[in-house]
Amino acid sequence: MVAIIDYGVGNLFSLQSSLKAVGAEAVVTDDERIIAAADRVILPGVGAFGDAAAKLRESGMAEVVRREAAAGKPLLGICLGMQLMFDKGYEYGEHDGLGLIHGSVRPIAEAIPEGFKIPHIGWNSLSFRKESPLFKYINDGDYVYFVHSYHAADCADSVTAVTEYGGELTASAANGNVFGCQFHPEKSGNTGLEILRAFNEL
Amino acid sequence: MITKRIIPCLDVRDGRVVKGVNFENLGDVASPVDMAKKYTASGADELVFYDITASAEGRRLFTDILTETARNVFIPLTVGGGINTVDDFDRVLKCGADKVSVNSGAIKNPDVIRQAAKLYGDQCVVLSCDIKRVDGEFRVFARGGRDDTGMEAISWIKRCVGLGAGEVVVNSIDTDGVKTGFDIPLLQEVCDAVSVPVIASGGAGSIEHFIELFKAVPTIDAGLAASIFHFGEVEIKDLKERMAAEGIPARI
Repeated sequence: MVAIIDYGVGNLFSLQSSLKAVGAEAVVTDDERIIAAADRVILPGVGAFGDAAAKLRESGMAEVVRREAAAGKPLLGICLGMQLMFDKGYEYGEHDGLGLIHGSVRPIAEAIPEGFKIPHIGWNSLSFRKESPLFKYINDGDYVYFVHSYHAADCADSVTAVTEYGGELTASAANGNVFGCQFHPEKSGNTGLEILRAFNEL
Repeated sequence: MITKRIIPCLDVRDGRVVKGVNFENLGDVASPVDMAKKYTASGADELVFYDITASAEGRRLFTDILTETARNVFIPLTVGGGINTVDDFDRVLKCGADKVSVNSGAIKNPDVIRQAAKLYGDQCVVLSCDIKRVDGEFRVFARGGRDDTGMEAISWIKRCVGLGAGEVVVNSIDTDGVKTGFDIPLLQEVCDAVSVPVIASGGAGSIEHFIELFKAVPTIDAGLAASIFHFGEVEIKDLKERMAAEGIPARI
């Protein structure tokens, strides 16, 4: 069973539906016992880093996620959920993340030339940087759907894929059993479903 | 490289897809859920659902259709029509919409953009704007293109982006439904005025019109159309292949 952590941010209907489409049983929950019993955990998220990090701490879910990660359970952060895996985020101030992957979350404007629209919205291709079990069923160059204005920086060792948007943006990162996708696999058509299928087999 | 998006638009009334010419003489096409699946399979990058229902019963049908689509289709879904308040945003987001477009609702109360952007993020709020040339200027029209608001369009769009609209759909009433190509001068002006993604709507009649759009306005992000896709006059797969052949980045 996959536990999708509910901490009051974002709409989880599509994510749950996409997991069902690849044969995974997915539960949206903030119940520690259900999360502890799950085989895999997904941390979703849309919105701003600071607000989400605060909600994660206040709901007690930050500790739960850290505990499950430390126990070796496969953990996938999506979009802002990925960003929260890092040490720090610099969206409207400086905020602490979960520190599960080293690096910080910075404005994409710092990585790209002027003239590129921000947010980076749309379908962009993945360039693999490192082997990842999440990419088992997809190919280098496949397209996924992005919506973001910030990305993970200072994390070269953990980057598994980048995407080109005037400069290189971090598309996906991993540290052991902790995985992150800046794009939305639940909105990335068949490519996204194949990534979720691979996650469900970890 | 980021691709130019191709977006079929489904106008839904009483649970069925319809499409009119110049917003009138609406005719029935097909089941929205079936069409959404078909378009996703053929390479659509995103889908727009417009609820053009007036009745409460029709609205219930619409949210049922939306839920069923979101269960089966895993590409971005934008929903518009009858969005006036943040409660309306909430209603469609809960059914699986990713983005919500406001049109007349924003004209009545522009602050709904700011409120929704604060709650759901700028990326969730799409300004949809029906524009027509009147007395030598681009004018914003309300209520599905029926009422001249008297507002100049470019300044209205800039104001809405300032309030938090994360994307703009520009629908030219002058070219809508007549299949003579997109309204290039209008789209160029909008792209020059704002830095958020701009989606072109109104006037596509052939693959050539999309190619012309992406070449003439390189900063446009997406092309939206309805009837030419619904009636099979343009197959999305063919369109994407042609774009790629012309050097226009497309997801194939």
